[in-house]
Amino acid sequence: MTSLTVFYSGLFYFATLVLFGGVAYRIYEYSRTPAPLKIPTTPAPTTNAGVVFRMAREVALFESLFKSNKWIWLFGWLFHIGLAVVLLRHVRYFQEPVWFWVEFIQPFGKYASFIMVAGLAGLWARRFLVDRVRYISTPSDHLILALLIGIGLSGMMMTFVAHTDIVALKAFMLGLMTFDFQPMPADGVLMVHLALVSMLMIIFPISKLLHAPGIFFSPTRNQADNPRETRHIAPWAAALDRDKA
Amino acid sequence: MAAAEFEVPTLTEYTVVPRIKEGATAHVKSFPAAEASQSYLGYPWTLSEDWKDRALGKMGDLLGKYRSLRVFMDACVHCGACTDKCHYFLGTADPKNMPVARQDLMRQVYRRYFTLPGKIAPWLVGAKDLTEDVLNQWYSYYHQCSECRRCSVFCPYGIDTAEITMAGREILNHVGMGQKYSSEILVKVQKIGNNLGLPGPALEDTLLGLEEDIEADTGVAVKMPLDVEGAEILLVTPSADFFSEPHVESLIGYAKVFHAAGVSWTLSSKASEAGNFGLFNGSYETMRNVAMRIRDAALELGCKRIIVGECGHAWRVAYSFWNTLNGVGYGGDDPFAKKLQEQLDSRYPQPMHICEYTWDLIENGVLKFDKSANDDRVITFHDSCNVARGSRMGTEPGGQFTIPRNIIMAVANNFHDMAAETIGEATFCCGGGGGLLTDDLIEVRVKGALPRMNAYNNVVQGQGVNFLALICAICKAQFTKVLPYYGFDRGSVGGVHQLVSTAIKLD
Repeated sequence: MTSLTVFYSGLFYFATLVLFGGVAYRIYEYSRTPAPLKIPTTPAPTTNAGVVFRMAREVALFESLFKSNKWIWLFGWLFHIGLAVVLLRHVRYFQEPVWFWVEFIQPFGKYASFIMVAGLAGLWARRFLVDRVRYISTPSDHLILALLIGIGLSGMMMTFVAHTDIVALKAFMLGLMTFDFQPMPADGVLMVHLALVSMLMIIFPISKLLHAPGIFFSPTRNQADNPRETRHIAPWAAALDRDKA
Repeated sequence: MAAAEFEVPTLTEYTVVPRIKEGATAHVKSFPAAEASQSYLGYPWTLSEDWKDRALGKMGDLLGKYRSLRVFMDACVHCGACTDKCHYFLGTADPKNMPVARQDLMRQVYRRYFTLPGKIAPWLVGAKDLTEDVLNQWYSYYHQCSECRRCSVFCPYGIDTAEITMAGREILNHVGMGQKYSSEILVKVQKIGNNLGLPGPALEDTLLGLEEDIEADTGVAVKMPLDVEGAEILLVTPSADFFSEPHVESLIGYAKVFHAAGVSWTLSSKASEAGNFGLFNGSYETMRNVAMRIRDAALELGCKRIIVGECGHAWRVAYSFWNTLNGVGYGGDDPFAKKLQEQLDSRYPQPMHICEYTWDLIENGVLKFDKSANDDRVITFHDSCNVARGSRMGTEPGGQFTIPRNIIMAVANNFHDMAAETIGEATFCCGGGGGLLTDDLIEVRVKGALPRMNAYNNVVQGQGVNFLALICAICKAQFTKVLPYYGFDRGSVGGVHQLVSTAIKLD
């Protein structure tokens, strides 16, 4: 094995471990932290089915953001929907044979990258152009946008400008998954693309990217508005009642 | 008055998002709480040597107890959606009054001490050491937030700055930086029974006087019973209703409604306060202690129903938290909850808002009105933030918006809503909520009222509105004080039950 293969194999295992282990740990932390009071932002659904519907609208359509600011909604939604389609297209590099629907979205996935990068560019422009957003932006806010745009542009390079050896890359990926190691293609753009993707995976559980699992645990969005009908009480708060009963 | 001079904003047709003006209200500092009240509440009153450990210890404690705080610290992406949503930012232009920046005052410390990137590369992620300077900024800006939750409506992750302000104030209390106004009120309500410190005998006198006034006015002997054992209904109302104007007019309205319905009801000298400033301070234990007075009064008097008067944050605590805190509600299967819940009349929601009660009677044809008695008024309705975004009325989501308006339209002929983006779930705070209703914060109170005053001015100019109706004791007191700064008559504010009182027919 070349040192290139060793490095990228190690990097991918490490990044995968950090991403899945880290996010799983965060989800564990969020779920075991009690929400002692009923604090849905009202008007709120009164049933659990209603809560699922509200959450689905938030996650798929960014409902609250739409109410808030049409520009951020437009750029943010375009970026996320573009990213989702691009990610789904990438499933083809991790399986053989390729599922029917992954084949189907292949052409859309290629062009979704433009939508994704355009959304990111719009979000980044706001960090410079709107004084309020400029004020709250930290270096890491800029770097995450740079990272995502870097991933998008390097990917688009390989799709539209200088094709990489995709057959060899797929063999490398499948090899990682089956521990049957194959050489990593020595293509500069590919190396940049994969390094940036790994970096994104590694920072995921320690950065603001935690908004993804976080929204599902947001008490103002995931609680039903039924405090008069059911007694909601956290374990640490119930202990206070036992002292008094 | 001790407060510094300041410029009152000018009214505009629409509230314009200002360009940021750094440090515009950095000088605002609410009076600090002294030893007497802080020691009663179990907090220190000066900064001790180990303040930093105490602060970080308390922060870790709260992060483990409140999922809201834990998730909200991590989830913000600095998208900027909330930056133009806070009435204090719109009125002061101070960027630290943008919800995200207010949150970041705590988030920078969270990142520094509780996250890996903040520990190894603070400059990268905007992490900051906890210094006395940071603590002073917390004190200043966590007392420029009325915990109104408007930002939480618009945040894509539902981040509620109120939760962070509450945590901030709780930590500040733990290091000895309490706020005089809230601290002293929390002592009065627990020692005497209400926020105004009105003792039982004085309350009895006041109620007798009001009974005489009503009889002189209407010729009908409407009663205001106090501490009556076995009364069906216990009315818990903000103590301002007992003698502040215009609050007392609504109290008279409730009494007339109960009289017309022919029910037995009572006030309680022990639970002579619906308000619960424990909410503002972010202390679960204090909020629970204050709420426990209502449980005790209900058990002692044997009441079957509990009804809450016109008060915004009180209704949030009652509707959303009482079942948790003191067992007023249903569905409890533990001895603590059952003891009270088995006493309550399960045909009715518990607790019930006075507007829900009155609207039910109107729908059932029990109350009769002479709507023309309100014809000198052209009315608009201000949705109070805690009712709008922290509670509900009736059985459907949004009942908190329709029920008070339905009552107004049932008792008066002239009603006009303010602009849609300033009412309902997007309503603007009066500027004085969340423990800010004190003269030492008059500058932010006046400036924070700007978006509401603009919306009100539009219906005053356009529709000839001359009466701002609402259902919150704090809003009433705030507007009475602030309306004149904007050139309006302080007498143009009043409660929904003041309108009911004017129009109701008694026999």
